[in-house]
Amino acid sequence: MDRIVFLTVDGLSRGAVYAAMALALVLIWRGARIVNFAQGAMAVAAAYAGHSVTAATGSFWLGFLAALAAGLALGWLVERLVMRHVGHDRPLNAVIVALGLVLLITAVLGIVYGNEFRPAPPAFDRTAGFAGLSPYDIFVFLSVAVTVGALAVLFTRTKAGLRLRASAFAPEVSRLLGVNVGGMLLLGWVLAAGVGALAGMLIIPTEFGLHPNAMDRSFVVAFTAAVVGGLDSPLGAVIGGLAVGLVLSFVGGYLGDQVTPLAIIVLLLAVLLIRPDGLFAARAARRI
Amino acid sequence: MTAPLLEIQTITAGYGAAPVLHEITLSVPPRTIVAVLGANGAGKTTLLRTVSGLLRPTSGAVRLAEEDLARVPVEHRVRRGMAHVPEGRGVVAELTVDENLRLGGLFRTDRRDARRALAEVYTLFEPLARRRGHAGHQLSGGERQMLAIGRALVGRPRLLLLDEPSLGLAPRVTAQLMGLLARLRDDTGLAVLLVEQNVRSALSVADRGVVMSLGRVVREADAALLRDDDALRHAYLGF
Ligand SMILES: Nc1ncnc2c1ncn2[C@@H]1O[C@H](COP(=O)(O)OP(=O)(O)OP(=O)(O)O)[C@@H](O)[C@H]1O
Ligand SMILES: [Mg+2]
Repeated sequence: MDRIVFLTVDGLSRGAVYAAMALALVLIWRGARIVNFAQGAMAVAAAYAGHSVTAATGSFWLGFLAALAAGLALGWLVERLVMRHVGHDRPLNAVIVALGLVLLITAVLGIVYGNEFRPAPPAFDRTAGFAGLSPYDIFVFLSVAVTVGALAVLFTRTKAGLRLRASAFAPEVSRLLGVNVGGMLLLGWVLAAGVGALAGMLIIPTEFGLHPNAMDRSFVVAFTAAVVGGLDSPLGAVIGGLAVGLVLSFVGGYLGDQVTPLAIIVLLLAVLLIRPDGLFAARAARRI
Repeated sequence: MTAPLLEIQTITAGYGAAPVLHEITLSVPPRTIVAVLGANGAGKTTLLRTVSGLLRPTSGAVRLAEEDLARVPVEHRVRRGMAHVPEGRGVVAELTVDENLRLGGLFRTDRRDARRALAEVYTLFEPLARRRGHAGHQLSGGERQMLAIGRALVGRPRLLLLDEPSLGLAPRVTAQLMGLLARLRDDTGLAVLLVEQNVRSALSVADRGVVMSLGRVVREADAALLRDDDALRHAYLGF
């Protein structure tokens, strides 16, 4: 019984982080029709920036905030300097450029910080307390809930959100109506990279520590979550993230950690075979 | 003769090496409906896209109220009073009726008047008011047409560029639409560049008519003259 509670809480806690990362992928996919394969690497770079600030100031929270700021700034840079210039008529180009970015960021981090693991202590105690929840779990849930809630309000209740959605769905019409579509694309990248950086700051302390490749596995899981939910669906990303977190937690708990990569692949294939657009994809709205 | 609101001066434009439009010149005064007629592929849509800036002319100039628009990006032209309702209407299928309409007024700084314009559109197009919360893809063809035109009106344009608004509409609805355009012209001074296949309807409200063929203007005259010109109708408009 205790084991089930533990696996559930742990699965949801990791799932919340995967949900945030999947949401970041969806944000960029909806706006730019690009799967940002560099998202994990960007989040690691942001985490290193936070690490440096903490080392210099001695304040964990200053470093945490610096990592989020670095994430936003990286999103800005990547869109302005790189992605904006990739031809959108050839989707493969964007994939190759994103993968190149992964290599570049990982290499630069390796040169600047070295390739050994650095300790990344969690912000709060990770020992389970009431209902199997650790203070760290609560911190993760709250951070992700606040972020998801804020994004939901931004997208559905504000003028900027209406502009963001319109530019994603119908860029040409949006321009005719006075929307700065290029600016909305940039905003989408900045927001997504910020959410990605937060996810990195939440998940890295629960794994082996800071390393240029620290997010590789998490990225694959989050990508799976996004595909499960449907790359077009923010709600799908959140539910997909939680579901994938649970599945991995139970597979790891009962079958062993070495089975989880296999479970990810099986899940991904199953969804792609049965519902290629994901479980929550809006059906056929565009095809009129 | 009042100074033209829109002036298109010897523009040449196209999508690749070969131009689609050849040195087109025409103008639209305020409070005037100019119909652009021509067979499929004549270049009517290309002309409107060049005017609204979606397509850059390789030579020639587009001027709105005497301002050269060459350096004015698409998203700023609506702020200068130009509204383009594209072919196929461009309703954002994923957004609701209300969101589509509000989108049309987002650029405006006078928030109060934007709200008033929105309310006016709902009064004007009563079926839209009943479907505020419906997604764009749930609307019928006629309702989508109302939504696209209503959305343009929320921006209170001085110049409306309409690309085949009657496409897919019942004759009665088309007649109502033409009546609305005439009313807006008379009441608000709206200028309209109206691209139409439906020659009869277009010429019934237009003040002037322009006939295009293979990317050139082959005839420009008062609408009344074109209505009665049988030879022209046979030669270029096919009826
Ligand atoms: N995106 C495009 N790329 C290349 N050529 C195009 C494109 N759009 C239109 N053309 C060509 O330009 C010419 C004029 O097309 P345009 O759409 O302006 O005609 P139209 O008068 O609006 O026709 P219709 O009445 O069928 O809408 C056609 O020969 C067409 O093949
Ligand atoms: Mg056309």
